[in-house]
Amino acid sequence: MEWIVPFVLTVITASTPLLLAATGELITEKSGVLNLGVEGMMLVGAIAGFAVTASTGSATVGILAAVLAGAMMSLIFAFLTLTLMANQVATGLALTIFGVGFSALVGSGFVGFAIDPLPALAIPGISAIPIIGPILFGQDFLVYLSIAVVIGVGWFLAKSRAGLVLKAVGDSHHSAHAIGYSVIKIRYLATMFGGAMAGLGGAYLSLSYTPMWAENMTAGRGWIALALVVFATWRPGRLVAGAYMFGLISVMQLHAQGAGIHVPSQFMSMLPYLATVIVLVIISSDRAKIRLNAPACIGQAFRAAQ
Amino acid sequence: MNASLVKRTLAAVAAVGALATGMGAAQAEDVKVGFVYVGPIGDHGWSYRHDIGRQAIEAELGDAATTSYVESVPEGADAERVIRQMAQTGHDLIFTTSFGYMNPTEKVAKQFPDVKFEHATGYKRADNLSTYAARFYEGRYVAGVIAGKMTKSNVVGYVGSFPIPEVVRGINSFMMGAWSVNPDVEVKVVWANTWYDPGKEGDAAKALIDQGADIMVQHTDSPAPLQVAENRGVLGFGQASDMIKFAPKAQLTAIVDNWDSYYVARAKAVADGTWESQDTWGGIDSGMVEMAPYTNMPDDVKALAEETAAKISSGEFHPFTGPIYDQAGELRIAEGEVADDGMLLGMDWYVQGIDAELPK
Repeated sequence: MEWIVPFVLTVITASTPLLLAATGELITEKSGVLNLGVEGMMLVGAIAGFAVTASTGSATVGILAAVLAGAMMSLIFAFLTLTLMANQVATGLALTIFGVGFSALVGSGFVGFAIDPLPALAIPGISAIPIIGPILFGQDFLVYLSIAVVIGVGWFLAKSRAGLVLKAVGDSHHSAHAIGYSVIKIRYLATMFGGAMAGLGGAYLSLSYTPMWAENMTAGRGWIALALVVFATWRPGRLVAGAYMFGLISVMQLHAQGAGIHVPSQFMSMLPYLATVIVLVIISSDRAKIRLNAPACIGQAFRAAQ
Repeated sequence: MNASLVKRTLAAVAAVGALATGMGAAQAEDVKVGFVYVGPIGDHGWSYRHDIGRQAIEAELGDAATTSYVESVPEGADAERVIRQMAQTGHDLIFTTSFGYMNPTEKVAKQFPDVKFEHATGYKRADNLSTYAARFYEGRYVAGVIAGKMTKSNVVGYVGSFPIPEVVRGINSFMMGAWSVNPDVEVKVVWANTWYDPGKEGDAAKALIDQGADIMVQHTDSPAPLQVAENRGVLGFGQASDMIKFAPKAQLTAIVDNWDSYYVARAKAVADGTWESQDTWGGIDSGMVEMAPYTNMPDDVKALAEETAAKISSGEFHPFTGPIYDQAGELRIAEGEVADDGMLLGMDWYVQGIDAELPK
């Protein structure tokens, strides 16, 4: 059973970037904004985090830079879609394409740089407990943060007044506007939170997961994060389950191969996506449940009625 | 999808830029050499090494040559456009450096009989179209010898990209090298089904190390597997370029692509008027396959590695020397014979002793 600890650790590292980015996108979408630019924002976050960490030597500053860079990217999106009312789907796709190219341009000078990975926050004594110790108390800071943020987001949506307002804006922007809430301002904030979290997810990739910069290193994880939000039917608890299930399946298939289990590896590579599709179909069959959670105004531009 | 769109745009922009700057510099006496790369020159791997070769031409031939390049050119219609544009703008010699450029290169070569073309890793040739590639399996045999000596768990972890002959040949060669010094070594292979996804390559490496591998070998493009080896305290080999920066304590050596001398020689041949169409498959002896400095190993292992590389280089020893059986027990290469290039290029079987199933 000694393989179990490293196995779980690998699953956690594979799941964390997805969870970080998806949590942000969940809040963005709950406010009624569909930002398909997660992949691009993650990449810009990844290079910002890496470049600043490599230049200053401080991972803390690097992480802050990644958060800021992700938020700036989403600000571009927010300005185009909320202020100028451009189409959200097209703008989101453009943001991803922009992010891929822009991060490659900025990052060209950082290819081949090596940095130390983020240190694990080991707690003396407790981290030495067999199995539970290294899994629960031997992670780096961003892993704990990802869990903390999901719990915070869950509480925010379910219990707080501000969360209620956010949901109102996402479900019926005209009603929210009529009773005096600033729809545009709230959506700006929600979109920027999404960008900041995507940037953080990117920084996790370039600072902890594989501490390096490589062009297009997210390799589609932004799109998976987007799928996870729908998969979770916009509920934080299911988001955690979905992100970790995704991480589990993708790591499990690599382990199965190494153990010589003769399943076609192409099939194994397909499995996580297949699982997502199947669960999506199962959940979608119960339309009432989806409607309950899906923001009704998602993707729609808001223009205040005169 | 999106990445390729961006690359397409960038490629178009780069094409215009590169050709515009190239045109001004063209002189009647100069040899003008063009390069088409499939990735960015900053990939720290395949395209990066080709660009180092381009720089070698500039350094070696000085004023006698001008070079230009277009990076991140997608394989397909865009490639043909870029290659044709190079041919139209006075390039004397054009290197197209990816397998997928084969048909576009052949097509353009037909239309420009006075321009010399060189296509990497392909098999279509013409009077003005050469092919060239490198015998990386020679380097993998040397790596295998090192691994056989250095492993304590007798388990080698191998991160593969796709089960194509180039990769299968590498695994076979590596393992025969390992068995030549340590018959107890076994290999675990994980196919990442990608050439390039640092996260997934790293996860594959972690899975292999968790299952007891203490030597990490990769046939994917990012330094992630080697970096995982470094962080987990096991040893490994770099791929395509020297990756010692990513793994100062883990890298034993790296199998480095070195096109420098070939590119310089071919550019000189054009300048001298001695260029002829040919097929080059160079190994350690040609300098195309280079071993990065041997590090993190005792002197006797280093000496053995150097000796093995020297024997392969001199032709005294061929990694695929019979008798070699496949997994089904069928004799593929008879005793005393060596594999011919046709067999090597089409290799789709594991040698006997590899306890894994080759995906079909």
